[in-house]
Amino acid sequence: MSGTQTTYNDKVIRQFSVMTVIWGIVGMLVGVIIAAQLVWPELNFGPWLTFGRLRPLHTNAVIFAFGGCALFATSYWCVQRTCHTRLWGGPLIPLTFWGWQLIILLAAISFPLGITTGKEYAELEWPIDILIAVVWVSYAVVFFGTIATRKVSHIYVANWFFGAFIIAVALLHIVNSAEVPITLTKSYSAYAGVQDAMVQWWYGHNAVGFFLTAGFLGMMYYFVPKQAGRPVYSYRLSVVHFWALIFTYMWAGPHHLHYTALPDWTQSVGMLFSLILLAPSWGGMINGIMTLSGAWHKLRDDPVLKFLITSLSFYGMSTFEGPMMSIKTVNALSHYTDWTVGHVHSGALGWVAMVSIGSIYYLLPRLFGKSGMYSTGLVTAHFWIATIGTVLYIASMWIAGVMQGLMWRAVNADGTLAYSFVESVKGSYPFWAIRWLGGVLFLVGMIIMAYNMFKTMAGGKVQNVPVIAPAAHHA
Amino acid sequence: MDINDLRSIVTVAGLLCFLAIVAWAYGKSSKKGFEEAANLPFAEEDDHGPAGDRRAIAETKESK
Repeated sequence: MSGTQTTYNDKVIRQFSVMTVIWGIVGMLVGVIIAAQLVWPELNFGPWLTFGRLRPLHTNAVIFAFGGCALFATSYWCVQRTCHTRLWGGPLIPLTFWGWQLIILLAAISFPLGITTGKEYAELEWPIDILIAVVWVSYAVVFFGTIATRKVSHIYVANWFFGAFIIAVALLHIVNSAEVPITLTKSYSAYAGVQDAMVQWWYGHNAVGFFLTAGFLGMMYYFVPKQAGRPVYSYRLSVVHFWALIFTYMWAGPHHLHYTALPDWTQSVGMLFSLILLAPSWGGMINGIMTLSGAWHKLRDDPVLKFLITSLSFYGMSTFEGPMMSIKTVNALSHYTDWTVGHVHSGALGWVAMVSIGSIYYLLPRLFGKSGMYSTGLVTAHFWIATIGTVLYIASMWIAGVMQGLMWRAVNADGTLAYSFVESVKGSYPFWAIRWLGGVLFLVGMIIMAYNMFKTMAGGKVQNVPVIAPAAHHA
Repeated sequence: MDINDLRSIVTVAGLLCFLAIVAWAYGKSSKKGFEEAANLPFAEEDDHGPAGDRRAIAETKESK
């Protein structure tokens, strides 16, 4: 680099951005397959391609492969651009990319083979868990190394969210994955009984809180202001709701264990903290949406902004629904039904996927030296198809879930159950078909995105963008 | 001292810490720093994205 100006490391961002779209298609395709298996059980080809083995493949692929790659790409972009320095960490940077892809590949092989710990969202067996820990610590070293070598005095708020996400996920993964190996492909949890359940859902809910919320809020705090062309609505609010989220999320996990062997007071603590969470969640949503205040007209013809702002609307909806569902009496109706599945996808499709898609659409032309995406029309088409798909998915799951909950609790005058379980299954069929259709639409949107992406990449000149001169800031 | 006293103290300390953060965030002293930080994403001049972005950067420069 002697004599020439330092450039940003965009290579790793290109790799992660492209893989975000690829893994998005893979993960959502598996989702569509398992949704179809619920409607047409003949589609269970077994034992490798049965629902029970494909379902963890779907969840891991969309959360950690699609969402994970999107977070790596956007955090690496944001941290360099707002710290005015090149990504720090040398060989650790490609290690995070290739290591993460290897983990995804191992997941795609081990789940159909039936190799699993049985812990939801932490099903990967111990050798892969160790690999995750290594890659994740490398990610932390790269990210915080870049922050430490920044050329500006402030750490932009998006980096606070990304940083919290990286630290918390390391903590959660290492604690929850404590296990005793028996063979290369089988281990048992270090915890037993209700402690195991509580550790698992402390992990599970904070995976939602820090992987699927804090990380994507980091994305929101960089890409919404950039795409809207104005600074965030209230920087003060961003600081306060950041700390409120950090203080509160860690305690909400017990709401996954209402009416179980978990002590009653622990359940109540979980419910209370879940209710409090509404405030910091909506703080983030309001801050994001209000960033557009005075520039609402930009929503009309900018599909990338449509994705970003719609994602915030879904974030607001699902973070209202979540606290409501954590109330014990509501949970008595909603738990174990498709309402939960609908709630999760309101967050996953509406919030996480849409904010990622919007951010990747922002990045792609900049990464491949183009002035814009190959087709803005296709981005708009993607937006509407994805939105309709999401609404179909959520609405059908709400109806199915409430119906299931009401049927399961209905009793005759003599105290016997009014419905057998299979009657609720029968009643759910039409809604499962609508859910499948919603998923298909969302997948179609992703395939359109892939086409648009490869057309944008074709013939693009990959430029090394010089790092901004330090003098430019402290003017 | 009972372990529960310690738990109560930690809870109260947590609340006070959060209130201190709120007071700091909404205090006068942090205003300038926050403004600088909020404009960090817009320091890039060579952003070769869609034209709309370049206009936006020009706008924020004018307002400084």
